[in-house]
Amino acid sequence: MPSVDHIMVLGVNHKVAPVEVREKLAFPQSCGSVLLEILDIDGCRECCFLSTCNRVEVYFTTPTPDTTADKVRRFLFSESGLSDADARRYSYLHQDREAIVHLFRVASSLDSMIVGEPQILGQLKAAFRGATESKTTGQLLNRLFDKSFSVAKRIRTETNIGGSAVSISYAAVQLAKKIFGDLRGKTVLLAGAGEMAELAAEHLVTQGIHEVVVANRTIERAVKLAKRFNGRAVALTELVEQLEYADILISSTGAPDLILRKKDVKPIMRRRMNSPLFLIDIAVPRDLDPKLNDLDNVYLYDIDNLKDVVEVNKAEREKEAAKAERIVAEETIKFLHWLDSMAVAPTIRDLQKKAHAIRQAELERTLPRLQNLSTKERKAVEAMTNALVSKLLAAPIQYLKSDEMLQGKGAPLDAIRKVFGLDEGGG
Amino acid sequence: MSLLFLFTFAVYVLATISYQVYFWTQQEKIRSASRAVFLLAMSLHTIHLVHRYFQAGRTPITTNHEVVSFFAWSMAVAFLTFHWRYQVKNLGAFASLAITGLMTIALFSSPEIKPLPPALQSAWLPLHASIALMANAFLALAFCGGIMYLLQEREIKKRRFGIFYHRLPSLEALDKLNQHCIAVGFPLLTLGIVTGSIWAKQAWGAYWQWDPKETWSLITWLLYAALLHFRFTMGWRRRRAAIMAVIGFAAALFTLWGVSLLQEGLHAFG
Repeated sequence: MPSVDHIMVLGVNHKVAPVEVREKLAFPQSCGSVLLEILDIDGCRECCFLSTCNRVEVYFTTPTPDTTADKVRRFLFSESGLSDADARRYSYLHQDREAIVHLFRVASSLDSMIVGEPQILGQLKAAFRGATESKTTGQLLNRLFDKSFSVAKRIRTETNIGGSAVSISYAAVQLAKKIFGDLRGKTVLLAGAGEMAELAAEHLVTQGIHEVVVANRTIERAVKLAKRFNGRAVALTELVEQLEYADILISSTGAPDLILRKKDVKPIMRRRMNSPLFLIDIAVPRDLDPKLNDLDNVYLYDIDNLKDVVEVNKAEREKEAAKAERIVAEETIKFLHWLDSMAVAPTIRDLQKKAHAIRQAELERTLPRLQNLSTKERKAVEAMTNALVSKLLAAPIQYLKSDEMLQGKGAPLDAIRKVFGLDEGGG
Repeated sequence: MSLLFLFTFAVYVLATISYQVYFWTQQEKIRSASRAVFLLAMSLHTIHLVHRYFQAGRTPITTNHEVVSFFAWSMAVAFLTFHWRYQVKNLGAFASLAITGLMTIALFSSPEIKPLPPALQSAWLPLHASIALMANAFLALAFCGGIMYLLQEREIKKRRFGIFYHRLPSLEALDKLNQHCIAVGFPLLTLGIVTGSIWAKQAWGAYWQWDPKETWSLITWLLYAALLHFRFTMGWRRRRAAIMAVIGFAAALFTLWGVSLLQEGLHAFG
């Protein structure tokens, strides 16, 4: 039966899973191969894979929601070492309407750790671009993601959610000010040249940070990013020495292991004459040893910690969020209409195809027997059969296109298909 | 107790309450009001001290009541001088509390004016005592800053943002407060010890006799000297400096009262 596949999302985010669990799901950068592996899963028709600091999500479509979702979950958690029960506990699975709502909320930053932060839309667009490049999306996801971007845009213009948006980098700046007072004359060291680090650095530079030093595994990227901030580029291996001159470290490397440990920093603090060091770990998995926080005058924050910092304008943001939720609900209904029409359209097409096939067959059988027909009369017969078909089909097609059907309140589609025998082979 | 002193005390209490209200509500209007009330209290206090000077015919700085009252007044002065030069958010809530605490001790000490024994009658007495108390006032302010630093640092370190994170200034500002107050307080303390020593030579014929008060003032001096020394050589700043400011002030308070309570010495106030 060619009815429309189910839209699904399976994932973990900061709300359901602590950072320790999320970092176990962090996949290496080669997104393309992950996508193809997911697409290989039984029953998976289209897919898109999103992995950020705060969430790992697989969007997919399937005619067999339950069995395929189980397989996707198993794939997602395959490297984590968690039991199946834990995998269920720490993840969520949404289907159809809920999945659509979920994506719209993610795109418009309503599901973000800090509601209204602008990074997520860019990350989602990048994920979608990756999926289209690997050709793992099709009609449904293409339309759904496109729609989610326009929903996000609509929410950004119609509500003030971005205006009071407080991103993680903003929280970091606020904390830095509580530690250093004035940020002028301070040096920030970026370990890893990811987008998130770039954003945080940009925020700090507007606050008067004196120097930006970029340490990256590939020096080319470091140089490129450093140029943007008129800063210096160093190799990642120099990180510890560079720490002697930095005040703030933002770490976001993709390293599988810790890159900075307590024993590396302890001697540095003495050489720094104990001037304070603010360490921000936005990498998943973590870059910085949690024990670093035990050192005097060292302040270590990871992403989860940063969210506690920003409490400003909470009430106002909640009001704007409610407005945004309303827009999400509206747009979800619109999308569901489109989905239903997607299901109706092939039925209409099949109906017309079948009717015309019958007409054609009957004409071909009858016309040879009527030898004395003039061209004009022959045309009249053809027109008559055509009108017969059209008039017979007019009512059912009108019904299929009715609002009742579009809203999913009409007769079940497969019943209609059975009545007309649309799914019988050959017809 | 003189009516003027009682009135001064009452206004200090009012200023303190007002500063606490500002601390909780963070409304600018209340802050200006607190400052005005505090300024009034300090003015009344100044008048009271001048009045007592004429009443006693000498600098009112010998009995416990006088010493503590002068101490509180010095702290109010130290607080205001600092206030004009730097912005330290909500320092008033802490400083006013300390000042009112001192005033409460003064309130419960006998305000009787006692004649001074002839041996102590010297121009060095008011000089030595007022300098030493001024030193204590700045050290007390450093103590307030130290406490604030430790409270603020605790929230930042533990990543639990309670009542202090938004209300207290940055760690940097609190460290500056510490540095400034000790930079003023320590030379005053040194000067207080030197003038005391000169006075001792005049009164008893020896510069230094290791009486408990002298010993303890030396210990206090050494503590602050160590803090300053290590600040410049080994980076004893921030948290460690804050802890040292708290410990140093405890030693200073012990020098002021503890010694007198434990032992009757030359310095025991009546």
